[in-house]
Amino acid sequence: MTGSVRHLYVHLPFCAHRCGYCDFVTVVGRRGQHAAYVDGLLAELELERAVLAPELETVFLGGGTPTFTQPRELERLLGALPPAAEVTVEANPETVTPALAALLRRTGVNRVSLGAQTFQPRLLGVLDRVAGPDDVRVAVYHLLDAGFDNISLDLIYGIPGQEPSDLAADIEEALALRPEHLSCYELEAKPGTRFTHGHGEELRRQAEAMEGYFECVVETLVAAGYRWYETANFCRADAAERDLRSRHNLAYWRGRDYLGLGIGAVSTVRGRRWRTTPRLGAYLGALSEGRNPVREYEPLADAVRREERVMLGLRLDEPLPVATVAGSLDAHALARLERLGLVRHVPLADDDPPAAGDALILTTRGRLLGDAVTADLVT
Amino acid sequence: MDLDHIRNFSIIAHIDHGKSTLADRILELTGTVSGRNMRAQVLDTMELERERGITIKAQAVRVSWKAHELNLIDTPGHVDFTYEVSRSLQACEGAVLVVDAAQGVEAQTVANAYLAIENNLEIVPVVNKIDLPQADPDASAAELAELVGGKPEDVLRISAKTGDGVAEVLDAIVDRIPPPSGDAKAPPRALVFDSSYDQYRGVVAFVRVVDGAFAAGEPLRAMAQGTRFEAEEVGFFAPTMKAADTLGAGEVGYVITGLKDVSRLRVGDTLTSEQRSAAEALPGYKDVKPMVFAGLFPTDSDDYPDLRDALERLKLNDAALFYEPESSQALGFGFRCGFLGLLHMEIVRERLEREFDLDLLVTAPNVAYRVLERNAEWLEVHNPAEMPRELDAVEEPYIRASIIVPKDYVGPVMELNNERRGRFDHMEYLSPERVLLAYELPLAEIVLDYYDQLKSRTRGYASFDYDVAGFREGDLARVDILIADEPVDALSMIVHREAAYSRGRALVERLRQEIPRQFFDVAVQAAIGSRVIARETVKAKRKDVLAKCYGGDITRKRKLLEKQKAGKRRMKQVGAVEVPQEAFLAVLNLNDGTKR
Repeated sequence: MTGSVRHLYVHLPFCAHRCGYCDFVTVVGRRGQHAAYVDGLLAELELERAVLAPELETVFLGGGTPTFTQPRELERLLGALPPAAEVTVEANPETVTPALAALLRRTGVNRVSLGAQTFQPRLLGVLDRVAGPDDVRVAVYHLLDAGFDNISLDLIYGIPGQEPSDLAADIEEALALRPEHLSCYELEAKPGTRFTHGHGEELRRQAEAMEGYFECVVETLVAAGYRWYETANFCRADAAERDLRSRHNLAYWRGRDYLGLGIGAVSTVRGRRWRTTPRLGAYLGALSEGRNPVREYEPLADAVRREERVMLGLRLDEPLPVATVAGSLDAHALARLERLGLVRHVPLADDDPPAAGDALILTTRGRLLGDAVTADLVT
Repeated sequence: MDLDHIRNFSIIAHIDHGKSTLADRILELTGTVSGRNMRAQVLDTMELERERGITIKAQAVRVSWKAHELNLIDTPGHVDFTYEVSRSLQACEGAVLVVDAAQGVEAQTVANAYLAIENNLEIVPVVNKIDLPQADPDASAAELAELVGGKPEDVLRISAKTGDGVAEVLDAIVDRIPPPSGDAKAPPRALVFDSSYDQYRGVVAFVRVVDGAFAAGEPLRAMAQGTRFEAEEVGFFAPTMKAADTLGAGEVGYVITGLKDVSRLRVGDTLTSEQRSAAEALPGYKDVKPMVFAGLFPTDSDDYPDLRDALERLKLNDAALFYEPESSQALGFGFRCGFLGLLHMEIVRERLEREFDLDLLVTAPNVAYRVLERNAEWLEVHNPAEMPRELDAVEEPYIRASIIVPKDYVGPVMELNNERRGRFDHMEYLSPERVLLAYELPLAEIVLDYYDQLKSRTRGYASFDYDVAGFREGDLARVDILIADEPVDALSMIVHREAAYSRGRALVERLRQEIPRQFFDVAVQAAIGSRVIARETVKAKRKDVLAKCYGGDITRKRKLLEKQKAGKRRMKQVGAVEVPQEAFLAVLNLNDGTKR
């Protein structure tokens, strides 16, 4: 029996150290457990293989720092995962050596997402990042040398102490590397965290200036020829006419099913979502006995799915077909948001099923205000 | 009981000076309540009264002491109920005036003493709490003697807590307070000094019989209001209700009327017999009018019927409470309620929230205004939003305020009163250390935060009391608030013209902080008529999107969205602008953080 899920996420939680701003499931050190963890992932994959389609569209290795995993174990994992049209691995710049680049290349990885974050040494320090600005450049060249032609850079803006000129410099330096793809995230300082405690005052001081940062990122990248295809994601127009959007992330935004392996990983399969325990010991223990690890399940009612569809779909620059979400839209709010120039009705493209009705798309200003617009729009 | 063996008295005191404790000891000592059944402060029946340490409803208890019948008439202890206090005092021949030995004479002591003197009562001065380490009985006795015009050695010194000296108080009541006078043969007359509503028996009137006698089954009439009813039962409290055959001249007790609404039998009215009607009512009846008004709105508009029912039920027991439906475009359906004063408002609000479990939004209080419209008649306005913009004259209520402070704080109090348009009347030294300041002030200047300011500027030493002096013409302006060009009725205010600009500025600035940024610029304006006197802009927000949406953790993102939606639901819609409910209370907090 085979399933229909065409997107696979694999979580590799290991890091050399924890960065102050990070709130993902990570495990620091524990080099001795990398092999056991890869065993666990592969065991979990076997338990869930039935939900996967015979051919996958995307595989995404996220972390943590996937490239911090012992090379032998990383290679064993990549060798055992099913092949896919797009295979992405997240990497920290300082981990990218010629050997690692070659390893990734020979195991079928065809896209690398580099966590550059910023090119300003002072701000890298604030983020607790180990890599220096040159590490990013060097990593990019190692990857290019190994034959990679689809590289994404992550940038973070809104770092405590970041001046508008710092942001402009970051974008300029990132563009100089001609990456196929850029993800630009605003730093989220969660209340109550050590990071917010340490930098809250500075963040409040720069709050007003930071409001303009997002606009600046969008304007600069669009002017440089990048497509702003998702709220935080940009891709280059390609000479060979490849679609350089992240196909894996598009799957999330379009409401597709996906399977997530590893601690803290989330899966959504046929109207049901689950999150696997974030505890490494519990995870390994269950899988070594051939059982699924503890998971939190969440049934997704149709209304909830539609709400998510609006919430995620409107982040994209492609129209959201109204027919698929009609029951979840507040008609009054929609009319008002249209008058305010935040939402636009557009005809559905001919090849876009279902053909009935029209579609919605946010204007540029609407996208900058996307969360508030969505909160208004969904009933 | 013949008149010579009856004594009718009240205990009057500043709040917390020990009135209720003394009453408890008297009940105990006279055997009216056995020690076992003694519950602290038995006279204060309502839960709320015990918690606040004040008494809302007067009751009368009959006790025996050395072959005499003593009727203890309990009085409400706060400024808002001055009229009720005065009626209770009218039912007595004497009063025990209690002063805390550690605090000395306070503003309410003075107000109550004057009320007692006005009613020709014999005053038995008592210094209480002599057992306290910080007590200064000599100083308090000297102040008290000075106040009532007696000798310090006639002032009794007691501790109601320990019972020390309480028997001497009872002896003094018998010895010093005269027996009631009255004509047992004359057509019956009784003063209604309080009333209460019982779910099963209707309105219970508390009365002091002046002439004649009252018996059950007799058809009666309230002379001022003209209400007719039959006395279902007469009796007295000892301390629970005990039916009696008759209530005779000089006696104090209750009449069960069967009436279904306390407003039909108002305090101060005179009861007489239908068959043998008295020619003249007892003097002093006054129709008390609410002076302070506020809008009460349910936080959840679905609770409107519950609020209406709750007000109906409160009104049964509170003749002074006034309410009428109000609809505000900003706050929806609610009621405009009238109160005797701020404490009365606070009590009603707390009872609604506590006893009826309602979640309320109470607008900033305002006073009643009398308005002369162009070529028209005087009319009373209870809501700033209803104040006509075109008018010939406005009058506002004034109060006579007594403030007692240690002499070092006279300056700050004068400064405060000047800021509040106060007119100095006179000042007297109660002792070398303590000063009484008499002022006339517009009530409107008191209703917002005067008491808090007074306390904070005198480090809590000031005591304050007032009574309403009547309406005076004022140079007043109606200031309207416009949010995105929409006038917001709930935020209109009536202010003295000289203060209009600064109040308007302050409110508009406050609103700018309270109103969250929207998709567009929002102008917040204060205007007198069509003239804008202050303006602020809530700038449109430029960004509201969390960039990150990572690793398929869509549930987390959805929860954030739901939180944002829930926040919006708590907003009230003013035109196209979403305004949080708290913003409508902005006028209440205008002085926070800004020294006036």
